[in-house]
Amino acid sequence: MADTESRFQEELGAEDLADPREALAPHREHPSAKEYIRIGVILAVLTALEVASYYVDVNTSVLIPTLFGLALVKFVLVVLWFMHLRFDDRRYARFFVMGLALAATLYLIVLISFRAFLV
Amino acid sequence: MALAIDKDGGSHGGEEHQTTTGLPSTKLAMWIFLASECLLFGALITTYVLYRGVSKTGPYPGDVFDIPYTSVSSFVLLASSLTMVMALVAAQKRDVVRMRLWLLTTALLGLTFVGGQVYEFTAFYHEGLSLSTNLFGTTFYVLTGFHGVHVTVGILMLLSLVGMSAADRLPDDAAFPVEMVGLYWHFVDIVWIIIFTVVYLIPTGPDVVR
Amino acid sequence: MASVTAPASRGIRRPSALTGFWSWFTSVDHKKIGLMYGFVAFFFFIVGGLEALLIRTQLSQPDNTLLSADAYNQIFTMHGVTMVFLFVMPMSAAFFNYLIPLMIGARDVAFPRLNAYSFWVFLLGGLFLYSSPFLGGMPNAGWFGYAPNSTTDPSIGMSFYAIGLLITGIASSAGAVNLAVTVINMRAPGMSLFRMPVFVWMGLVVQFLLAFSLPIITVALFELLFDRRFGTLFFNPTEGGDPILWQHLFWLFGHPEVYILVLPAFGIISDIIPVFARKPLFGYQFVVFSGIAIGFIGFGVWAHHMFAAGLGPVANTAFGVSTAIIAIPTGVKIFNWMATMHGGDLRFKTPMLFSIGTVMMFVIGGLSGVTHSIVPSDYQQTDTYYVVAHFHYVLFGGAVFGLFGGMYYWWPKVFARQLSEGLGKVHFWLMIIGFNLTFGPMHILGLAGMIRREYSYPASLGLTGWNQVASVGSFLIALSVLVFIINAVRTQMKPKGLEDEDPWDARTLEWTTSCPPPVYNFEEIPQVHALDEFWRRKYVQDEKTGTLVPVQAGSAPPHDEGHDDAGHGIHLPSPSYWPLVSAIGLPTIGYGILYSWWLVGAGALIVLIGFYGWAMEPSVAGD
Repeated sequence: MADTESRFQEELGAEDLADPREALAPHREHPSAKEYIRIGVILAVLTALEVASYYVDVNTSVLIPTLFGLALVKFVLVVLWFMHLRFDDRRYARFFVMGLALAATLYLIVLISFRAFLV
Repeated sequence: MALAIDKDGGSHGGEEHQTTTGLPSTKLAMWIFLASECLLFGALITTYVLYRGVSKTGPYPGDVFDIPYTSVSSFVLLASSLTMVMALVAAQKRDVVRMRLWLLTTALLGLTFVGGQVYEFTAFYHEGLSLSTNLFGTTFYVLTGFHGVHVTVGILMLLSLVGMSAADRLPDDAAFPVEMVGLYWHFVDIVWIIIFTVVYLIPTGPDVVR
Repeated sequence: MASVTAPASRGIRRPSALTGFWSWFTSVDHKKIGLMYGFVAFFFFIVGGLEALLIRTQLSQPDNTLLSADAYNQIFTMHGVTMVFLFVMPMSAAFFNYLIPLMIGARDVAFPRLNAYSFWVFLLGGLFLYSSPFLGGMPNAGWFGYAPNSTTDPSIGMSFYAIGLLITGIASSAGAVNLAVTVINMRAPGMSLFRMPVFVWMGLVVQFLLAFSLPIITVALFELLFDRRFGTLFFNPTEGGDPILWQHLFWLFGHPEVYILVLPAFGIISDIIPVFARKPLFGYQFVVFSGIAIGFIGFGVWAHHMFAAGLGPVANTAFGVSTAIIAIPTGVKIFNWMATMHGGDLRFKTPMLFSIGTVMMFVIGGLSGVTHSIVPSDYQQTDTYYVVAHFHYVLFGGAVFGLFGGMYYWWPKVFARQLSEGLGKVHFWLMIIGFNLTFGPMHILGLAGMIRREYSYPASLGLTGWNQVASVGSFLIALSVLVFIINAVRTQMKPKGLEDEDPWDARTLEWTTSCPPPVYNFEEIPQVHALDEFWRRKYVQDEKTGTLVPVQAGSAPPHDEGHDDAGHGIHLPSPSYWPLVSAIGLPTIGYGILYSWWLVGAGALIVLIGFYGWAMEPSVAGD
């Protein structure tokens, strides 16, 4: 009994997850105004591309993946730069990705079970 | 305002204290909240996608959507994200005047978006699309309406920030509250990025079975 | 400090009292909030229990006419809703609120006013639900409210269901974010994640389950409400809507919910069993990781509630497999508890009895659960009393027994009085016998074809005998609860004070402070060096014999005594009206949706005023 306890002490004493090692890691500074504007311009261009697709006659099997690709790039740009996940502590990103990935997985399964697809 | 309490009392009380992870609790809470919001909007978008093209009577999306109009709205909301980060940059530089200006601009752009949505809803309604006309009406109004409510809440928070700043109720370093409201605001923006694509841009052509 | 003295200029003075009747309405102390959660949840337990007795009385005779079919529908629906949303969830919240800060060495939760808000919203949401019988009828479509039955029912009940659960959902969401951040961010120095008691771990897992599953049912309930109130077509098959969507959304939430209900009890018994076995928890990391695994896999099994809905062979097989898999981490825990007891210096006090009861009953419930993963067999069992038996073994046998164990165990900590062991044992034995008499026969009834939720059955079916056994059992359970109440009242009438502030020879940090803990919890924030910190402060390993011996008096006092000015200079969050004010807005909006748009506006205004008052008020009032 005491053996088990002391073994535990050794194992757990060595491992300290509350160690603020990550907090001490240098964070990159938030981006500058210039960088924000650059991202803003890219976002505007991507949106313009999306809207343009409405006026062009493209096969849906090409169009839909393209539109999703564009939306994804915009999504990621806003999250990484405007919400500065790229520059912040990784743990914030972990929580957010957890929710996002869970949502994507669960709802995809639901839609597949209904055989409801966009195309 | 007569409510001037000392700033040290901390409108974001507790933030100065050391936390276990070294991360501010409010920001951690905000990210967990946003993660949970992903599942909320995910369910609404799923409902929309599931019922896409199954409406039995018109008006159908193609009958009512005005893509150029909504595109302008989308640009406006996107631009508001840019002005939001500009407010943050100003707040980090402790440039209170610019910060208030950018926050106000963001709120105005948000108001433009919501106003545009109200106009859009009214127009659709006059074209015969109500909540109970068909599944398109049901899912469209509820999904975009939920998003609109989120934008409205964001506008209220932005205006409150401006008001509190004007009443000298924000801490000298206002970057933190501005950043928190900003996180929420950008999240609402990324939800719209998805909605704009899924609801407006992906065509429901004649190949979709009705 | 303050440039203007706020109270004078505001007209309404900020509350400052920490004691007395009114202090309960403004308190932001996690211990007071935890106690209020506990009292309210126990009240709803009694209400839900009385509903259960009505159900069992109705079924004790064939062709009974005590309850009409309509009344029966309302009562079994409210029994389920009450027990799940108004008893087990808030009772777990009571334990989390009271204990998590104490166990991690914190002075309060991360957001004390948000914590008070959660409680008031929960209470008002519960009262909102229970105002339905006076306003046209209680919810009547079962706790999972399947569409289109729930959308087309003409009585107002299911609207109360939708709005009431939305309100309590807001409470749980706010609480989830709050407690998750508390565990992540408020730990005492040295309290690494793997030095936390298992109860805190399970608390963390549950908060994430809540944060990620509640938004799903929020959407489902909104869609249900809109269908009923504003004529939307979400679940209307004639217009192309699909009721199966409701089932998906409900069970996407509903299955994680099962773990939300049971993991707190798992945490409780994981902390009780080592104390009464006088041994460390066997395989602490395994218990923790299997808890996390249960949380994750719990999101991937929802469709096993829908095997009979016709999802197709691929989906049914996949969900059958994932359902079988989730038994693995659960089984790991069971073996860990048994191994903890194995070779231990067992003391069969009441908390330990309830913990052992939890393990045993949960094994039965878990095994009957695994039988559901076999799809063809599930086709036979679905919607029969077999399922009723299964989930009562899991939720009553698992969660409720565990929660009672926790009450006996932490009663001295909270009230500085000890519940009577004798009455406690009477309570336990009556309850476990009554429980098995009630729910054991339901397996047989279900396999014999008795359908769940039927309000009466003809004598010719031959179901009468087992039904009567079950009804007798249910009254034994009621008697056992009565014994508990008598025990509690008698104990509370005794003067405060414990001979020993550590009556169980406990292992975890909450026992290092006084009973009941002072408002600031710890005079000095403890420094943590190990798992089972308190135990290590009391015992050391004798170097020669290898056995445990108590620490010599004076070398490491368990807690400091006698600072006269104890607690001064500790800044605690000040009491506040605003959480209660903003909470009142929500049921106002709820009634507004049912009756008048003016009321919606008024409610929204109250919420707004509450939040502004909240935002404008510093969390700690100036000295």
